[in-house]
Amino acid sequence: MDLATFLIQCLNSLQYGLLLFLVASGLTLIFGIMGVINLAHGSFYMIGAYMAFALSPIVAATFGGGFFATLLVGLVLAVLLGYALEWAFYSYLYDREHLQQVLMTYGLILVFEELRSLFVGDDVHGVKAPDILSGTLPLGEMMTYPVYRLFISGVCIALALGMYFVFTRTRLGMMIRAGSTNREMVQSLGIDIKFLYRVVFAAGVALAALAGMVAAPISSVYPGMGGSVLIICFVVVVIGGIGSIRGALLAALLIGFVDTFGKVLLPQAAGVLVYVLMALILLWKPDGLFKAG
Amino acid sequence: MTVARTATMTVARTALAAGFILGVSVAQAQVTTKIKVGLMLPATGTFAALGTAIENGFRLYLTEQGGKVAGREIEYVKVDDESEPSKATDNVNKLIKRDNVDVLVGTVHSGVAMAMAKAAKDSGTILIVPNAGADAVTGPMCGANIFRSSFSNWQPGYAMGEVVAKKGHKNVVTITWKYAAGDESVRGFKEAFEKAGGKVVKELNLPFPNVEFQALLTEIASTKPDAVYTFFAGGGAVKFVKDYAAAGLKKNVPLYGAGFLTDGTLEAQGGDADGLLTTLHYADGLGTARDNAFRESYAKTYKLQPDVYAVQGYDAAQMLAAGLAAVNGDISKKAEFAAAIEKATIDSPRGAFTLGKSHNPVQDIYLRQVSGAENKVVEIASKALADPGRGCRL
Repeated sequence: MDLATFLIQCLNSLQYGLLLFLVASGLTLIFGIMGVINLAHGSFYMIGAYMAFALSPIVAATFGGGFFATLLVGLVLAVLLGYALEWAFYSYLYDREHLQQVLMTYGLILVFEELRSLFVGDDVHGVKAPDILSGTLPLGEMMTYPVYRLFISGVCIALALGMYFVFTRTRLGMMIRAGSTNREMVQSLGIDIKFLYRVVFAAGVALAALAGMVAAPISSVYPGMGGSVLIICFVVVVIGGIGSIRGALLAALLIGFVDTFGKVLLPQAAGVLVYVLMALILLWKPDGLFKAG
Repeated sequence: MTVARTATMTVARTALAAGFILGVSVAQAQVTTKIKVGLMLPATGTFAALGTAIENGFRLYLTEQGGKVAGREIEYVKVDDESEPSKATDNVNKLIKRDNVDVLVGTVHSGVAMAMAKAAKDSGTILIVPNAGADAVTGPMCGANIFRSSFSNWQPGYAMGEVVAKKGHKNVVTITWKYAAGDESVRGFKEAFEKAGGKVVKELNLPFPNVEFQALLTEIASTKPDAVYTFFAGGGAVKFVKDYAAAGLKKNVPLYGAGFLTDGTLEAQGGDADGLLTTLHYADGLGTARDNAFRESYAKTYKLQPDVYAVQGYDAAQMLAAGLAAVNGDISKKAEFAAAIEKATIDSPRGAFTLGKSHNPVQDIYLRQVSGAENKVVEIASKALADPGRGCRL
C-alpha cells in the first residue's frame, strides 16, 4: 500500500467511524444513559431513512421542499414519536428485567417492519443528496470523494461536541446523569424524573432518526436496513463504556479503522475483526473504554 | 381406583385416536380432487417483494389455464419462509407432513432453498425452485424430483466472463459479498474469462450483508484494473452502484455485473446506473410475441409491470402443468411426471427453454444495458447456456 492509498484509507476509516457514531448516538442515550436495552434502535434509524424518502415529496408540496426542510420536519415527527412511545411502552420498562426489555423492544421491531411494508412497500429506494452537497472532490489520479460524505462527518462532529457539552456542562445534563445513577434520589430532590426521561428518550429517538435521514442519500432505503445497523451500534456503546459519549466516539472511530483496514489487509477475517476488537477491549477493560462515573 | 381410571383413559384415548384417524382419512378423501401446492416464499423481510412477484407469476399462469391443470383444481397452502435458513426445515416440514402438499414451490433465499431440497429429497415430494440460484440445488444436492425454473449463479457469471473477454479487457478485479451466491457467480465469471485469456488479478470480498464499500473501492482505484465484475443484489446493489459512481470509478473503470445488480433497483440507483452492462436470463424490450402477451396479461391482472421474478414464478407453474398433463393429473406417478418435465420445452416469456440433466434451465443469457428505468436487451451473450451441474449424479 503506497502512502497516497494509505491516507485515503485513513480518510475512509475516519469517515466510517464518524458515521458509526452518528448511527449509535441515539443508542448512547437510551441504552447507555437510561439503561434500557433498546433493540428497536435500528427501527428508529429505519424510520428516519424512510422519512427522508417518503416525506420529501410531501414537504416539497407544502413548504416548497428542500432536503433540510425535510430533515426538520422529520426531526419534529421523530421527537413526537419518541415522546409517545416512551409514554405508551418504555416508561413501564425502567424497573423491569432485561429479558422483558428485550422482548418488548423486539416486538416493536416486528411492528415497525410490518408498518413499513404496509405503508411504503418492500422496494429499494434512493434518496437524492441536496444539490449543493452533491459534488465530488478529486482524490488521487482515479478517485473522487463525494462532498456529501464530508458533510456527514461534519454533522457527526457537531453532534458529538453538542452532546458532550450538554451532558457535562449544563444543568440538564447533570440532572440526566444523576437520574441514571439514582432515580429515587433525584425525584426526592424535586425534579420531575418521569418528564425528564421522556424528553431524553424522545431525544434518543430523534437522534436515531436523524442518523437515518442524514445517511439515507448514501445508504439508500431498503427493508431490513435497521437490523443491519443494530448490532454494530451496541458494539459501539459497549466498547465505549455504557453512558459515555466520549467513549462512544472513540469506539466508533476505532471500529472505523479496524473495519476499513481489516477489509483490505485481512479480508478473510473482515467479518469478525470488529468483534475480536470488542472481546479484547472487554478483557482489558470489562466496563468499556470510559465508564461513566 | 387407579386401575379403573387408567383403563378408562386408555379406552378414551383409543377412541380419540380412532376418531382422529377416521377424520383425517375422510378429510383426505375429500381433497384428492385438488392438487395441493405448497408455496414457501418470503412474505416478510428483505426479499418480500420478490416473493410476491413469484406468487403473482405462478397464479397468473394457472388463472390463464382456467384455474385447472389436467382437469384438477389447484389449492394453495402458504408458508412465509422469512428468508430465514434457521427456520427453513421446520417450515418445509409443516408443508410436507402437516399439510401433505403434492408439490412444493420455493424459494428466493439459497440457504432456505437448500433446506427445502434436502427435505424434498428425503420425502420424495416434488420441488420446483422459482429463484434461489445456489449451484448446489442442481449440483451435489440434485434429485429426480427437484427442478428449477430460474437460473444457477454460475450462469450469468459465466456469460459475463465471455462478454468481458470479448471486449478486450485483460486484467479484471472482482468484488462481491463473501457468501455462496457471490462466490459462485464470481467463479462462473472467472472460469469463462480466464479460459478466454483474461486474468482476474484480485478477488475482493466483504462479509454479507456489509455495505461499507469505501475501503474496497479505494483498493480498486489503487489496483487500476481494465474492468470490474461484481455480484450484488437488493439494497447492497443500489449502494454499490451509487458509491462506485461517487468514487469517480465509473468513468475510469467499466463496471460489469450479474443482472441482479440492476434488477428492481433502477429507480433507487437513478442516473448512476445508466449505461451499465449486466447479464441475465431475462431483459426488458425482448419484443417477442410471447413476452409481450405475458407482460400485458400481468400488467392487467396486477396493475404492475412484471420482472424476472414474476417470469420465474410463471415458468414454475408451466413446469408443473407440463408434468401434470403427462400423468393426467395423477401426481403419484412421480417418475413419469419427472420424465415429462425433462422432455418439455417451456414456452417462457424469456424465450423457450428446456431443462438440463441436472434439472436447471438450459437458456439464453442476455447482455443488457441500463437505459433510463429499463434493462434493455443488447444481444444474446451466451446461447443455450447449460449449467455444468457439477457433482450431480442423475
